[in-house]
Amino acid sequence: MMFAAAMAGVLAAMALTLVRALLGPTVFDRVLALNTFGTVTVLAIAVLGFLMGRPQFLDIALLYALINFVGTIAILKYLQYGDLGASGDSGKSPDAGEGGR
Amino acid sequence: MITATNLALLAFLAVLAWAIARIRNLFVVTMLAGIYSLLTATVFVLLDAVDVAFTEAAVGAGITTVLFLSALLLTDREAKPRKNRLASLGPMVLVVLLGAALVYTTLDPRMPHYGDAKAPAHGRLAPEFLADTVKQVGADKPTATHIPNVVTTTLASYRGFDTLGEVVVIFTAGVGVLILLGGNATRRRRRNPAPREESSGAGSSGKGAGA
Repeated sequence: MMFAAAMAGVLAAMALTLVRALLGPTVFDRVLALNTFGTVTVLAIAVLGFLMGRPQFLDIALLYALINFVGTIAILKYLQYGDLGASGDSGKSPDAGEGGR
Repeated sequence: MITATNLALLAFLAVLAWAIARIRNLFVVTMLAGIYSLLTATVFVLLDAVDVAFTEAAVGAGITTVLFLSALLLTDREAKPRKNRLASLGPMVLVVLLGAALVYTTLDPRMPHYGDAKAPAHGRLAPEFLADTVKQVGADKPTATHIPNVVTTTLASYRGFDTLGEVVVIFTAGVGVLILLGGNATRRRRRNPAPREESSGAGSSGKGAGA
């Protein structure tokens, strides 16, 4: 019962994040929505593991957390430098402003 | 609760697919495709296909998003506006028909249902593999593999050569991608020889190779 309630909460959070990703006026709203959705997915898989009586699924939740982190870093790097291979201190000015929509 | 979760996730997927088809900003579409991938992976976990969910998360949400972003660097951020709406009607009808056919196959009484233990796929080889794996895992046997996972035993032992071939294919693809990307970076550095602390060594070595 408790896990069912937790799952309902996670699904509600998913719906809200989805609304932000679909409506989000700026790119950063959507990037944040993607990152948050990854976190909520981690939670959903953890809760699902307990809901289905197989808590071993927690490993997958850990992997998702790692992937989510790397993906967000790649997207933000693209926004900041316009180049995925740029080193952090290349001194190029951020060009996210003009293409921010 | 599982059914309700399934329905909610599938509804989210439908909404996302509709939005991806409608939105013309490619950056936004890339974000939404990443979310779509995560949702699909959750559905796979619900269907007990954990290994597929692993792959979907790593490839769909991780690599594909990065690849889409690299492609966006070379193209425009906005897709061209649709010329006429009737042109997309044909593919729409085709996709709806195909989807209806797939749904029909799940409803046909002659087809095995989801999770049916008597399905033909579960009748012949699976019981033998399950029994053999249990036999081999016994700790007192000299040939014990100590692998309590049937999937791992099948992948690494029963069809080990097949897996080796797959690994060779993936390795070749990875090397090819690295060569393509690395060649591009060298060309860019040669065209733009501004001295940078990090890449000056690599740039000079590239120049030496070219001379």
